[in-house]
Amino acid sequence: MNELATVREEALGKVAEAEDLATLENLRVAYLGKKGALTGVLKSLGKLPPEERPAAGAAVNAAKEEVQAALEARREALQGAALEAQLAAEAVDITLPGRLGSQGGRHPHAVTMGRIVEIFRQAGYAVASGPEVESDYYNFEALNIPAHHPARAMHDTFYLEGREEQDAGDPRWPRLLRTHTSPVQARIMENTQPPIRIICPGKVYRVDSDVTHTPMFHQVEGLVVGEGISMAHLKGTVIEFLRVFFNADDLAVRFRPSYFPFTEPSAEVDVECVHCRGGGCRVCSHTGWLEVMGCGVVHPNVLEMSGIDSERFSGFAFGFGPDRLSMLYYGVDDLRLFYENDLRFLAQFA
Amino acid sequence: MKVSEGWLRAWANPAADGEALEKQFSMAGLEVDGVEGAAPAFSGVVVGEVTAVAPHPDADKLKVCTVADGEGTQQVVCGAPNVTVGMKAPYAKVGAVLPEGFKIKKAKLRGVESFGMLCGPDELGLSEERYGLMELPASLPTGADFREALDLNDTIFDIDLTPNRGDCLSVRGLARELAVLNRVDFCAEPCPPVAPTIDDTFPVTVTAPEACPRYLGRVIKGVDVSCPTPDWMAERLRRSGLRSIDPVVDITNYVMLELGQPMHAFDLHRLSQGIEVRLAQPGDTLTLLDGSEVSPAEDTLLICDGAGPVALAGIMGGERSGIHAEGEARTQDIFLECAYFSPLAIAGRARRFGLFTDASQRYERGVDFALQATATERATALLLEICGGEAGPISGFEAEAALPKRLPITLRSARIDALLGTAIPQDTVEDVLTRLACTVVGEGNSAERTWTVTPPSFRFDLEREADLIEEVARIYGYDNLEVALPPAALTLPREDDGVVPTSAFTEALLGLGGQEIITYSFIDGAWAEAFCPGAGLLPLANPLSPELAVLRPSLLPGLVKTWQHNRNRQAVGAQLFEIGTCFEAGENGAVVETQRVAGLLTGPRVPEQWSACGDALDFFDAKGWVETLLGLTFDGDSFTFEAGEHAALHPTRRALVKRGDTVVGAVGALSPSFAQALDVSGQIYVFELSLAALAVRVVPQHQGLSRFPAVRRDIALDVPKVAAAGAVLATAKAAAGALAKTVRLFDVYEGQGVEAGRKSLALALTFQAPDRTLGDEEVEGAIAKVREALAKDFEARQR
Repeated sequence: MNELATVREEALGKVAEAEDLATLENLRVAYLGKKGALTGVLKSLGKLPPEERPAAGAAVNAAKEEVQAALEARREALQGAALEAQLAAEAVDITLPGRLGSQGGRHPHAVTMGRIVEIFRQAGYAVASGPEVESDYYNFEALNIPAHHPARAMHDTFYLEGREEQDAGDPRWPRLLRTHTSPVQARIMENTQPPIRIICPGKVYRVDSDVTHTPMFHQVEGLVVGEGISMAHLKGTVIEFLRVFFNADDLAVRFRPSYFPFTEPSAEVDVECVHCRGGGCRVCSHTGWLEVMGCGVVHPNVLEMSGIDSERFSGFAFGFGPDRLSMLYYGVDDLRLFYENDLRFLAQFA
Repeated sequence: MKVSEGWLRAWANPAADGEALEKQFSMAGLEVDGVEGAAPAFSGVVVGEVTAVAPHPDADKLKVCTVADGEGTQQVVCGAPNVTVGMKAPYAKVGAVLPEGFKIKKAKLRGVESFGMLCGPDELGLSEERYGLMELPASLPTGADFREALDLNDTIFDIDLTPNRGDCLSVRGLARELAVLNRVDFCAEPCPPVAPTIDDTFPVTVTAPEACPRYLGRVIKGVDVSCPTPDWMAERLRRSGLRSIDPVVDITNYVMLELGQPMHAFDLHRLSQGIEVRLAQPGDTLTLLDGSEVSPAEDTLLICDGAGPVALAGIMGGERSGIHAEGEARTQDIFLECAYFSPLAIAGRARRFGLFTDASQRYERGVDFALQATATERATALLLEICGGEAGPISGFEAEAALPKRLPITLRSARIDALLGTAIPQDTVEDVLTRLACTVVGEGNSAERTWTVTPPSFRFDLEREADLIEEVARIYGYDNLEVALPPAALTLPREDDGVVPTSAFTEALLGLGGQEIITYSFIDGAWAEAFCPGAGLLPLANPLSPELAVLRPSLLPGLVKTWQHNRNRQAVGAQLFEIGTCFEAGENGAVVETQRVAGLLTGPRVPEQWSACGDALDFFDAKGWVETLLGLTFDGDSFTFEAGEHAALHPTRRALVKRGDTVVGAVGALSPSFAQALDVSGQIYVFELSLAALAVRVVPQHQGLSRFPAVRRDIALDVPKVAAAGAVLATAKAAAGALAKTVRLFDVYEGQGVEAGRKSLALALTFQAPDRTLGDEEVEGAIAKVREALAKDFEARQR
């Protein structure tokens, strides 16, 4: 049986030294295959005396199993190493930047407008819109601002060429760029009976251009008309909105009497400065307050001009400039930047 | 309106301090825009008396003065030319701190010691002008604190009044508000009549009584206009932001500030015949006090004399008839005008001449129509006191019927509570309105009380019940009103599923990598014309600048301009979009507003990076964006891209987008010549679509999925270069039959290996049947038909 020991030794040695899977396969054939060396030893058992055969057979089988196991172990080892090598070769530098597509984003004013509209939509307000080129009637007359009313001086109005056609009696002239979104109020009330609950976001225009004024800007108008609507409801709605918008449930809000021809009583709304929280800073000119909104109880003349019974129904309206809210929200100090559309500016909010 | 606290307190003197008054004003709707001291901060200044003046031994312009400061005398070197023995002047002692922190120390001037400084008004921040020492009245006690002696610790409120509160453009009006807010007495300055001592009058006729219902005049003879305005008056004027001019003008200004009644003084001898108040006539011209010459329109009210216009009524006086305070032609006799002009007769007129005067501001908003006689008496008394002279009787014109009326208004307690959402005590209502000078007559029980309220003559803003409710709320305090959320039925919003919401277009463009921009709705007229020749442009009558002069007929100019702006700031590319309104003149004077979406693509497709090559964006990127938007309708097949005209686009790289026969927009490269003219370089691709035509969508309907495998066949062929790929695909699709699910073009090639003048196309066709696995013959048969059709229509050759 010395031959068996020799073959076994030799096989185990070669398996241990095998460096690749092909060599292993050759070794398997060479030792365990039909014509393999160990198979040969097994075949030679027939030459032994019968009483020795079982022991010798068991020894050969044990050797075969041993070599088989060694082959398996070696194969696993080699496969593991190969996988390791493959994985190592496939390594990427995870610190390299990811692949970028084109980078765009929303305009910050649009983001602000979107937030405002969504806040009111969730409370059941419908969104209304109207033309940007308006007639004098809807922009002024229907809002209780007759010709020569001193309040017109508060609206530096852009007119379209062709004002002289007014003399021809065409009621659409003089044509102007709406100075506020309030005309939408009048248009809606003409065609709708209460209850009315709308907001009208849109662009408005005034002859003005400096750090805090652009000749075009955005406004959002809100209008609620129904039975039993009061100034208390106006206060509640405005406070609720401002606290939601600025994400501050303890935000101080105050109402100062003011004057708009289409509301009575009228109020100007100040919020506690969102930068210094009322302490006084450059943003609020050291007053601790920021003027953000005009509002009031709808003037009975306006309801009546729109065909709504002012004894039965009452309402409130508010209007504000999201551009100014954008400025405060994003800390922008020059309103004109929003309309220059410098990509470096816009990219900060995308 | 600027007014000092001290002046107000002479009329109403609440216990609250200045800071509290400021807040009260603002919270009562009289917004305090600014608060300043009557003088800037300084300390250590007393009333000094110059007791001796000696020349400086070493300087001609300096003098060595002895100054008494109440405690002793000090030697002070002074350079002021007007220093004289016996005068009193502000004296800054050693240790004093003047405005801007300037500290007074012991000093030597040209060898002579000086202890402190005698001051001019400029050095104390009381005047911009520099004219030597500030001479103080001899009556001030020597050594008294200068600030206290001149009441310089007074506060000046700058109040921004809303147009409805013309009554508050006076000390009288603002003090009344303070009295009401603090529930203290309102002490009107008494204006007893001044008995005439002469009989002289000057004739007045009014031919426009609606515009001028009352015109009072008074002749005052023998006034000395050369005497100075008293300091107390000049100082009150200064604190209200008015410069002292001459005593007559100062007095009329003073009465205007005090009572709110604008007045005008004419030099009686520069008026001829008589005063006529009339509307302007063609040919009228007038040189105003500020030297400007105006030709008023026919709705302008004029004050005229026998020789023509002498003043723009309620706005400004004329040069010809003004007061002359100096020289030989000095005014001696004056005619004092005190009128009530109706607000509608004055409103807007001053603005036409670029004027905004104290008088026009008040008349436009409404001057108390019961005030003219009182104001005339007040001004007369002041004139006689300051300038001397003899007053004639008040005479003039009055059209009682044309004066405003104050009609009683019914006010219901229930209505107050309902509109304010707050129960206001009835005695509060009565108290507030009474203190506001309304007459208030109540009736009914406490449950349902009704008042008849008649507003005072100076309130032009109280016409309806709502106006009175506002007054009650204003004085009661808006912050004291209840806070509640309005009740409403929980109805749910309706949405039209036949329309793509605008937000869906925005989201799609953001997903494509677009940057949203918002540009002005008005653009340069030349750009508008270039992009949309022949469009009905709508120019503004009063543009801010030529660049912002015409309403945009297209979004493209704004996009190109934005790209130009960014390229000039080193941007290498941009993928922009805007959604907004465009404007064009329609038929019969209509203005047509359309909502559009437009985009601009230029530069590399993706930002420069290590892992992707920066191929330049081209026509097909822009077209791809457009196709994505069209796809939102679930009806992309209803759109076609066709060759057509577009002024701004490259003639061989542009397409009109049509839905059926309607053009909904265009896509293409900006025309090179055009780009050059506008000074924008590089390949720029743009598109613009009308949202109305684009937004109509269908609701997609489910198509059953086949359980059987699809079969793909690719065919490669070459066709003449001019053959349109779209037509090839359409033919292939038609020929492939109903089983062809998709026909896709996956390669286009020209160049080596393809005959000149031809191009190679590779098509992938997939076939699938809903009910069976397709056999080879069926598919091959379809492919053969496709080849046949393409060969016939396009001379296609198999490759």
